[in-house]
Amino acid sequence: MVAAADAIAAEAGAWPGMPVAQAQTLIPGLTVMEARAGDDETALRRLAGWCLRYAPLTAAAPPDGVWIDVTGSTHLHGGETRLLRDLVSRLLVQGFSARAAVADTPGAAHAMARFGGDDVMVVPSGGQEAALARLPLAALRLPEATLNGLRLMGIERIGALAVLPRAPLVRRFGALTTQRLDQAFGHTPETIDPAFPPETVQARLTFAEPLLTPEAFAHVIDRLTASVCSIMERSGQGARQLDLVFERVDGTIQAIRIGTARPSRDPRHLSRLLRERLERVDPGLGVEAMRLLVPRADALVPVQMRVAEAEEPDIAPLIDRLANRLGTGHVYRVAPVDSAVPERSTRPVPALTGQAAGEWPSSPDWPRPVRLLDPPQPVEAMALLPDHPPMAFTWRRIRHRVRRADGPERIAGEWWKRNGEMRSVRDYFRVEDEEGHRYWLFRRGDGENGVSGDMRWFLHGFF
Amino acid sequence: MFSTPAPTGTLARLRAQIARIEHGGARPVHRAVPFDIEAIDGILPGGLLFGALHEVAGTGPDTEHGAAAALFLGGVLARMEGPVLWVQQRADLFAPGLACIGLHPARILFAEAGNEVLAAMEEGLAHPGLAAVVGELSGRLTLVASRRLQLAAEHSGTMAALLRRSRVFDDPDLVAPSAAVTRWRIAAQPSAPPLPHAPSVPGLGSALWRLDLTRCRGGAPGSWIVEACDATGRLTLVANLADGSAAETGRAA
Repeated sequence: MVAAADAIAAEAGAWPGMPVAQAQTLIPGLTVMEARAGDDETALRRLAGWCLRYAPLTAAAPPDGVWIDVTGSTHLHGGETRLLRDLVSRLLVQGFSARAAVADTPGAAHAMARFGGDDVMVVPSGGQEAALARLPLAALRLPEATLNGLRLMGIERIGALAVLPRAPLVRRFGALTTQRLDQAFGHTPETIDPAFPPETVQARLTFAEPLLTPEAFAHVIDRLTASVCSIMERSGQGARQLDLVFERVDGTIQAIRIGTARPSRDPRHLSRLLRERLERVDPGLGVEAMRLLVPRADALVPVQMRVAEAEEPDIAPLIDRLANRLGTGHVYRVAPVDSAVPERSTRPVPALTGQAAGEWPSSPDWPRPVRLLDPPQPVEAMALLPDHPPMAFTWRRIRHRVRRADGPERIAGEWWKRNGEMRSVRDYFRVEDEEGHRYWLFRRGDGENGVSGDMRWFLHGFF
Repeated sequence: MFSTPAPTGTLARLRAQIARIEHGGARPVHRAVPFDIEAIDGILPGGLLFGALHEVAGTGPDTEHGAAAALFLGGVLARMEGPVLWVQQRADLFAPGLACIGLHPARILFAEAGNEVLAAMEEGLAHPGLAAVVGELSGRLTLVASRRLQLAAEHSGTMAALLRRSRVFDDPDLVAPSAAVTRWRIAAQPSAPPLPHAPSVPGLGSALWRLDLTRCRGGAPGSWIVEACDATGRLTLVANLADGSAAETGRAA
């Protein structure tokens, strides 16, 4: 029997449950591989381990899913939507087609990922009831018999099920029906059983009395970082990422994650980064165990203790603290790009790239503004064609009379990068208005040939 | 006795380090970045102080964009050494523009902080490795917040600069009391023709600014007309408005 068919085979007519012989007659040249029980689940577990790059808590959800608890770690990936896009595209590169959804509850995320329609879905916080209402019942993780029974009653959508009286439902279909509903809507908590790959460097402390106060957590953090750092010292590694997992007395789990720009095993630095994120942890009735894991570590050669202060002060700790506060993408350096088009002439690079970040073109003949408007703002301007600066321009309903100007500086489109820029040209002017403010304006087009641009004027920056 | 004589340089550094740790009677030695314009440096204690908070804002439509203010600060940073943290609410600085006034962008660590500009600045000021921390803030600055920055700057000896921006031209928030040691307004002025002897030749010469030092702790306010930063971040005095005299260069606006 066919256990699973990929997209191409499915299109040719193969479906799970079909006898293999029939599929082979139907599709000449069909590749048949034997399904071994347990292989899928092992692979899923490996995938869950790989997903630890996104968040500290992940678990395989057989037969076809992986839970990722992204609470408190989306900031390291530029937000929920970007995290999901990154996840789906990385999986695609590995040969998995995947759909992903973020929601307040595992149940809602499960339903949205499978029945939501898009590859990447983010359910706004508290919006799961509205989002799930239109989905089919199959999204609720109910047994087939229950689904059939409900269908016989004419109930197709989750929204219709949610408004039914509870008691008869439980009597007829069992408590699981309402439990799944409550889990999806967030009325009853559901925990995921996280996977910790055994080879990860980690330390765990359990407490006789549940801990509640930030001071107590801070103390435990110090101890955990110290022991993790001494393990890493022996293996010659430094942490790039740390997960601190709080096991609460009510059986649920909370976690915080921090990242570092450079491998580090400085216990003071790491514990300070962790302590700064403590406010995001809700201890509930108390925490009975804490576990510190190092999901990402890089080689770190031991350095000799320095006696005197280094010539160049090390700003890596500052970068870590800022990145953990503001998000990794929000702390950066800027490197030059070999491009004449101004908005493409710089790009952000990771903050630690440091001084050797490349050559900046210095052309005092054609000064560049200190502020750039991205995208350029359309303005109304009057100018003589083909190459005179505007006499006046109007931006945001304010008219600026141009007193002095310099230009044009012609910047041609980069046809080797974008087809649309085959012949396009911008003519840039620096202009000063009557008050002395200086603006960077450009006209799309060379002023003579229509193919070079539509002759509209834009404001692109301020000096 | 086997003792190796320590090189004096190391010893001096260690002493400085100890003095810093003790932080007692001897406060860290603050230096200043001079403008190399006597009329300005004379009023200030030799220039813009390290270990102090300075506030800069633009005027007119530039209150919102803060272009002249960014160039003014960029010029100061260009004339000092060491890494700089520049915190913005939303990134709109154009690094090539800073390179034009001699501030190499590789020296700058950029941060996009949204509503956390002040907190990010404090992080930067708490770190010993930076020469200066610039923060761009639109909106109110409470006296307490400015005092915190001033104290953090004093403690680390780092220069702190706040670039105030506002969509409102004459925003009263920009003149509300603050703990800054100096406060500046940078106003663009109509510039002179690029070739003074041939005024009809088109083109753009150096931009002209009116610098208003509206507050200076332990000094008097002042106003000057200067030519904007050159390729090394230096200003050139055109006129001292306090005593009404044009500078020796004799170039009037």
